[in-house]
Amino acid sequence: MIAGYKRKAVCLTGVLILFYLMSGVGRADYTYINISNPFLRKVPIAIPVFKNLSENSVDARMARQAADMLSDALEFTGYFKVLDRGAFLIKPGLMAIKMPEINFKNWTAIGSELLITGAYSIHDNQLEIELRLFDTFKEKLLVGKRYKGGKNDRRKMIHRFCGEVIFLLTGKHGLFNSKIAFVSTGSGNKEIYACEFDGYHPEQITRTKHITLSPAWSSDNKWIAYTSFLNGKPDLFIRNLRQKRGSIVARKGINATPAWVPGKFSLAATLSFSGDQEIYLLTGSGKIIKRLTYSRGIDVSPSFSPDGKQMAFVSQRGGTPQIYIKHLQTGQVTRLTFEGRYNTQPSWSPAGDKIAYSAMEDGHVNIRVINTDGRGVMQLTRDAGNNECPTWSPDASMIAFSSTREGLSRIYVMTAYGTEQRRLLTLPGEQSNPQWSSIIANN
Amino acid sequence: MEGGKMRKRMLICLSLLLVVPGLLFFTSCAKKTVQSEPAMTQQPQVQPEPAQDDAAAKLAAEKARQEELARKKAIEEERLQAEAAEREAMAAKNMFVNEDIYFDFDSYVLTGVAQDILMRKAQWLRVNPDASVTIEGHCDERGTNEYNLALGDKRAEIVKAYLVNLGIDAGRLPTISYGEERPVDTGHNEEAWAKNRRAHFVVD
Repeated sequence: MIAGYKRKAVCLTGVLILFYLMSGVGRADYTYINISNPFLRKVPIAIPVFKNLSENSVDARMARQAADMLSDALEFTGYFKVLDRGAFLIKPGLMAIKMPEINFKNWTAIGSELLITGAYSIHDNQLEIELRLFDTFKEKLLVGKRYKGGKNDRRKMIHRFCGEVIFLLTGKHGLFNSKIAFVSTGSGNKEIYACEFDGYHPEQITRTKHITLSPAWSSDNKWIAYTSFLNGKPDLFIRNLRQKRGSIVARKGINATPAWVPGKFSLAATLSFSGDQEIYLLTGSGKIIKRLTYSRGIDVSPSFSPDGKQMAFVSQRGGTPQIYIKHLQTGQVTRLTFEGRYNTQPSWSPAGDKIAYSAMEDGHVNIRVINTDGRGVMQLTRDAGNNECPTWSPDASMIAFSSTREGLSRIYVMTAYGTEQRRLLTLPGEQSNPQWSSIIANN
Repeated sequence: MEGGKMRKRMLICLSLLLVVPGLLFFTSCAKKTVQSEPAMTQQPQVQPEPAQDDAAAKLAAEKARQEELARKKAIEEERLQAEAAEREAMAAKNMFVNEDIYFDFDSYVLTGVAQDILMRKAQWLRVNPDASVTIEGHCDERGTNEYNLALGDKRAEIVKAYLVNLGIDAGRLPTISYGEERPVDTGHNEEAWAKNRRAHFVVD
C-alpha cells in the first residue's frame, strides 16, 4: 500500500570546513536582509559559472548547471536578485574564485553586493565542490565550504551551502532540506505525494486507490499521518516512511485532520466516534491520550504552536467556523478570528508569532495571516481563484498553498508577506493540501 | 338304433367336452376384458372406442384442456402480481435510494422538505425491517475539505438521529462522510453546489 519511500541515502563522504568566517563580519554589524521586512528590498547577488578544477574537462556542462542550481535555490527564497551573467565584466574563463585574486570593483560596478564563487573537480566519480560567499563592498569572505561526495550528491551539496548562506544572512536555518507533501489526483484517485522544497522530484507516497487526504509530517519527518478511505470510510493512517510500519485509527465516524505535536511522537486528530467531532491527543501509535476539545458542533483541524503549548483549531461553537486557540496547560480557549463567517485551516508559523488560515468571503477563499494575539490580519492572496490550505516553510519565510487561479487546483508558493506568488510544480491531475515538512535532518 | 343313440351321446359328450372348456375359456376371456375396462375409459384418447364413448371422451378432454388453461392463467396472474409487487417494491426502494435530502450552505439543519422525505424513508424502513441503510453525508466544493469532512459527518448523523427518533433501529443506519470528495455535479455554480450538499442513502 505504501510505496517505498525512496529517499536516497545521500552520504556526503566528508564535509570539510575549508574557511572560517572572517573575524568582525557578523550579522550584528551589517544587515543584509532586514528581518522585519525581508522582501522589501532584494539583495543583488552575482553567481558566475563554476570553475572546473579537474585536470581533464569532463562534464564541462556541470559548471553552468551547478551555478544555475545555486541561483535557482537562492532566488526561490525571495531574498535575492540574481544578476544576469551577461552583464558581468569578467570573462568566465578568467574568473577568480578567491581572495586576493578577486577584483571586487568588477562586482560592485554592476551593482552586486554579494558574490558566490564555485569550483569543482571530479576524480573517480567523486565530486568535490568548494563554494565561497563574499561581501563585495567590504571585500570580505563571509563563508566558505568544501563538500565531497558522489556525483549524484551535487544538488544536496549546493543546497547545504545555500543553507549556510541563509543562516549567515538571516540567522535562521533555511528551507533547502525540506519537503512538501501534498495530495494529487494524477493516478485517478487522491493520493499523497511529496516533492522537495522547490517542487523538484515529486514522488507518489500512497497507492491506496481510494480517497486519501490531509498529509501531516512528524517533526523528525520520519512519519506521515493522513486520512484515507482505503477501508471504505475515513480512517487515520500513521505510517513510518522508511520502515513500512505504522498504525490505523479506524473508529466509527471520521478519523481525520492529523497534526503532530512538535518534537514528540504524538499527534492530534479529529475523531467523531462519540457522535460529535472533537479533537483528541493521540500517541504515535494512535491510542487516545486525552480529549482536547469540548463543545457541541464541529471541532477540527488542529495546528500546534512551535513550543507545543498551544493549539489552534477550527470550531463552529460560535455558529460559524472560526479559529480558536487552546492553551493546553490552562485549558483556556480563546477565539482568534472575528472577521468573516468562514475561517478554517489554521497553520501555526514555525516562528511562533503568526497563524495563516483560509478565509472565505464573497464566495472566494483566500489566505490570510493573523498575529497570535488576534491583531494584524493580512490578506495575502486576492482576485485569483480559491486559495486554500496555507503551510509554512520550516524557516517561516514562505507559505505554500493550493490555488485554482489557473483553473485546475495547483500548489503555489509565496513569501510570508504574500509577494512572489508562483506555481511550485505541475503534475497530471489536480494538486491540493500542501504540508511543508521540517528541515530533514542530515544523515 | 342303439348304435345311432350311442353316436348321438358321443357327439353330445364330445361337444360338451369342447364347449365347456370353450365356455370356460370364454368366460375367463370375458373376465379379462371386464377387468381391463376401467383402464380403457381412463384413456379414452388412446383406444378407439364405440361412437358413443368417443363423444364423452372428447368432452372430458376439452374440459381438462380448459382446466389446464385456467390453471396456467392463474399461475401467470400470480406471477404478474408478484412481478408488479416486486416492481413496486423496487420503485419504492429506488425512490428511497434516489431521493436525496438537501442542506443549505455550511448547515446541517434539516429543512421541512427534508423532514417530509425522511418520514417517507422511515415508512420504507418499517416495511423493510431487514434492510440496513448507509447514510452518506456530502458537501459542496466550497470551503475547505477538512472542515467539509466534518460537516458531511454532521449531516449524516443528523439524518440518522431523525430516523432513530422515528423508531428506526440505529444499528440499521451506519453513516459515512465523504466531505466534498464525491460531488454528483462537478459544476462550479450554485445549481451544482445545491445538488452536492446532500445526504444520500445506500441500501446495503
